[in-house]
Amino acid sequence: MTVAVAEITVPTTGKKISVPTGLFINNKFVSSVDSPDKIDCVNPATEEFLASVVAGSAKDIDVAVAAAREAFNTTWGKHVSGFERSKLINKLADLIERDAEDLAALETLNNGKPLKIARDFDIGDSIGCLRYYAGWADKIVGQSIEIDPSTKFAFTKNEPIGVCGQIIPWNYPIQMWAWKVAPALAAGCTIVMKPSEFTPLTALKLSELIVEAGFPPGVVNTVPSLGSVGGAALSLHKGVDKVAFTGSTVTGRKIQKAAADSNLKKVSLELGGKSPHLIFESADLDQAANWAALGILYNTGQDCTAGSRLYVQESIHDKFVEILVGKAKELTVGDGFDEKVGGGPVVSKVQYDKVWSYIESGKQQGAKLVLGGEKRSSKGYYVDPTIFTNITPEMKIVQDEIFGPVLSVGKFKTEEEAIKLANDTTYGLAAGLHSNDANQCMRVANALDAGTVWVNQYNMLYNNVPFGGKKQSGIGRELGSHALDEYISVKAIQWNYGEKLEWPL
Amino acid sequence: MVLTFTRDFDTPLYKGKISVKTGLFINNEWVDAAENDTIDTIDPATGEFITSIADATAKDVDAAVKAATNAFLTTWGTRTPASERGRLLSKLADLVERDADKLAAIEALDAGKFYPHARHMDLNNVINTLRYFSGWADKATGKTIETNEGKFAYTRHEPIGVVAAIVPWNFPLMIASWKIAPALATGNSLIIKPSEVTSLSLLYFADLVKEAGFPAGAFNVVTGYGRTAGQALSEHAEIRKISFTGSTLTGRRIMETAAKTNLKRVTLELGGKSANVVFDDADLEQAIKYTALGIFFHSGQMCAAGSRIYVQSKIYDDFVKGLTAAAQAAKGGSGFEPTTTSGPVASELQFDRVMDYIKSGKEAGATLVTGGERIGNKGYYIQPTIFADVKTDMKIVQEEIFGPVGVIVKFDTDEEALKLANDSVFGLSTAIFTTNINRAINFSNKAESGSVFVNMASLPDYQLSFGGYKESGFGKDMGEYALESYTNVKAVHINTGMRV
Repeated sequence: MTVAVAEITVPTTGKKISVPTGLFINNKFVSSVDSPDKIDCVNPATEEFLASVVAGSAKDIDVAVAAAREAFNTTWGKHVSGFERSKLINKLADLIERDAEDLAALETLNNGKPLKIARDFDIGDSIGCLRYYAGWADKIVGQSIEIDPSTKFAFTKNEPIGVCGQIIPWNYPIQMWAWKVAPALAAGCTIVMKPSEFTPLTALKLSELIVEAGFPPGVVNTVPSLGSVGGAALSLHKGVDKVAFTGSTVTGRKIQKAAADSNLKKVSLELGGKSPHLIFESADLDQAANWAALGILYNTGQDCTAGSRLYVQESIHDKFVEILVGKAKELTVGDGFDEKVGGGPVVSKVQYDKVWSYIESGKQQGAKLVLGGEKRSSKGYYVDPTIFTNITPEMKIVQDEIFGPVLSVGKFKTEEEAIKLANDTTYGLAAGLHSNDANQCMRVANALDAGTVWVNQYNMLYNNVPFGGKKQSGIGRELGSHALDEYISVKAIQWNYGEKLEWPL
Repeated sequence: MVLTFTRDFDTPLYKGKISVKTGLFINNEWVDAAENDTIDTIDPATGEFITSIADATAKDVDAAVKAATNAFLTTWGTRTPASERGRLLSKLADLVERDADKLAAIEALDAGKFYPHARHMDLNNVINTLRYFSGWADKATGKTIETNEGKFAYTRHEPIGVVAAIVPWNFPLMIASWKIAPALATGNSLIIKPSEVTSLSLLYFADLVKEAGFPAGAFNVVTGYGRTAGQALSEHAEIRKISFTGSTLTGRRIMETAAKTNLKRVTLELGGKSANVVFDDADLEQAIKYTALGIFFHSGQMCAAGSRIYVQSKIYDDFVKGLTAAAQAAKGGSGFEPTTTSGPVASELQFDRVMDYIKSGKEAGATLVTGGERIGNKGYYIQPTIFADVKTDMKIVQEEIFGPVGVIVKFDTDEEALKLANDSVFGLSTAIFTTNINRAINFSNKAESGSVFVNMASLPDYQLSFGGYKESGFGKDMGEYALESYTNVKAVHINTGMRV
């Protein structure tokens, strides 16, 4: 049965982009085997319908996993050289580069982020990510180990772990796709990818490029599905060797539980955060304010590393807040296709309601609103930059991850107090600090319980620097060489060619 | 005025037009040599003149060093971020792939190769090597080291600065790529001198480096003689490292010069007299084929040529018969004719050297099993040659001939084979043929060479390190280890809390 292809129009150019709406399994776009359900995609800037795609069922996940397993056993896994994997991943990067404009337009339509940011940052970094891991594919070496060279030889092989379920979120659809796909393919794994049900369009479009690049059928499969359906099915599936998830801590727990209940599959999690951002009195205040604004407003605050708790040294608190409010006001928030715009809406009605309820709770619990807090009357899921001061630790806006452009600002007297406040969270994804005292920078960076500590900057990630959480922000690392460890299973081979065993002992 | 050499090929194996600029490539520009002399480059298949290349001297090397230094300090080095260096190398690989047929034709013409070998072995290795090292550029990390709480300690892996490479005439572009790729990936500026016998492919390649987008001065080519241009590179006070592949004699000279001048770092990939050991449990037919490949491919002009062939007594006679048949099946001819299986040696000088060795073997009383004569009277073709009944102290057993001349010796036991194999001042490579895994691993463990090949000839692989023990040199090409040759390690200690 042929599956529909949606035609989506780019508002500024009138260009029509075709997006396949079927499930991508074995290099083909197919219908669900047993479900008529569809997922509707909406443009968050206009609240208008974009397209419907097939919603995968648990049975569809079965089919996809079987395809991935077959590919792993025949054309991929141990049957493909690092050289070949490198070549294909590089080709994929080239194709994404070729189609960057269309992909950026789709990303902006479905996610809301400004077009130029989607194209130059999300997609630019994604291309770099694929190329980075393409470079690793033929360099994943094991060890040769000395035992007694006259009788034995021991060595390790870094084998691909197998079929990997990958579940990605809606905040950076293309980039999260690249972060997962690149190291998994480089290591030799096959993939069943479940993109977010809010933003499946670019994952489906990218699946066309998988075919064009020349990957054998079944190596990458894409099954848009509800988290509670497709995500749960992957986590529970006995035919999946590893699941990688980026999303909320609540869902991360469910996935780890399901893995334990089923086949003890390997799990890597990149979860939420409530990252602290510390401003010490010796900091360059103007620069620090720029970074702090970036830290909470980039991607409309929908960033697991958002610097959502800002602690400012008492002596500079009022001055800094004034500068920061000024910076926030400079950001133009609107439709991503508008050249002037630096920030878009939040991704969906669900998110919109959630963020606004936190803003209400902030008001109710007595935090002081110094910016924002008023809903727009026009269409679109907009939340304008919102800053609360006079916070106290037990407030919901200080405890919970909001995932929107809502900043909670507190103060501290001493370095020790700053560290204590910063670490007072169950999360541990990122942290930032601004200071011109190098020793202080070192001390505080050492003391912060976070997987990434940014010194005199915020939010900058690089494909060759590892990233991931401590505490309840996650397990495992992405980016850098460490990401490969998540997709590799080490086999030790111990070869006897000289020892004769006496029996009985 | 820099001239362009062009040739129209109309042969069964390649049709097309090639053009190569025959100047010096400095600062992304083509320039004449300061002293305007030229060197003739000859087609070894015919002995005929191809074209002239520039004859660089110390003045030109100075200009190249200036350009390389300026690039390193301003536009190249770590000023081009690592991922961008990788990207440029990847682009260069794409361009080499685009022009691979042309480059193979140039190489086959200039170095006397069989065109399909130049295309599928040499050029593919160049492309793979460039791509492999492009991937390393942003992954060559240092370490952070926990010492005590009051200190932050880490190492930086830095490019050395301006480095030089001198490469030989047997696999001109391929061996050049073994130096170019890691040197540029790690951020060094490079000045490379090809052999004066075979400069054309690297000159064509230089234009591709510019097309790929490397900043001016990052990559420079000076063509000329070893005793002038090569010597100038070895002496130069601003060149901090030199990588050489070639004869042991020249390698010594380079190391001496480096020691006498600025103690620049040196890596040497020198000669070999590699052992090729065949046990009686080997797959005989395959062993014969690989052994023939190991000594006759590219007329034996390989540093890792398996030129000392040791065969266990039980299969000796059959082996000799088989190897002789393989040797005699060789058909000399133009590298662009499909029926050719044997090419010329690269130059008249090399031809004379090899023929001298053959003469010495005959005079010393070794038995000529097959070959020993020139093929035809045009071009530098030598018959695949095997000597038997040799004594260890014969020149043909001790010295590297670098031609299609092997010596074959009978042995009885494993211990004897190992002793014979290791009995050489060289230690580049060892090949062993056996179906007994215990024996293979044991022998590999004890072989005194930088590479060991089991049940195959010494065929390098871009993912694996290649470099000798003993007088075959030190330092590795290819594989991750090659990065070390182009890296300076700096340890940084930052006091974050200690007080005196």
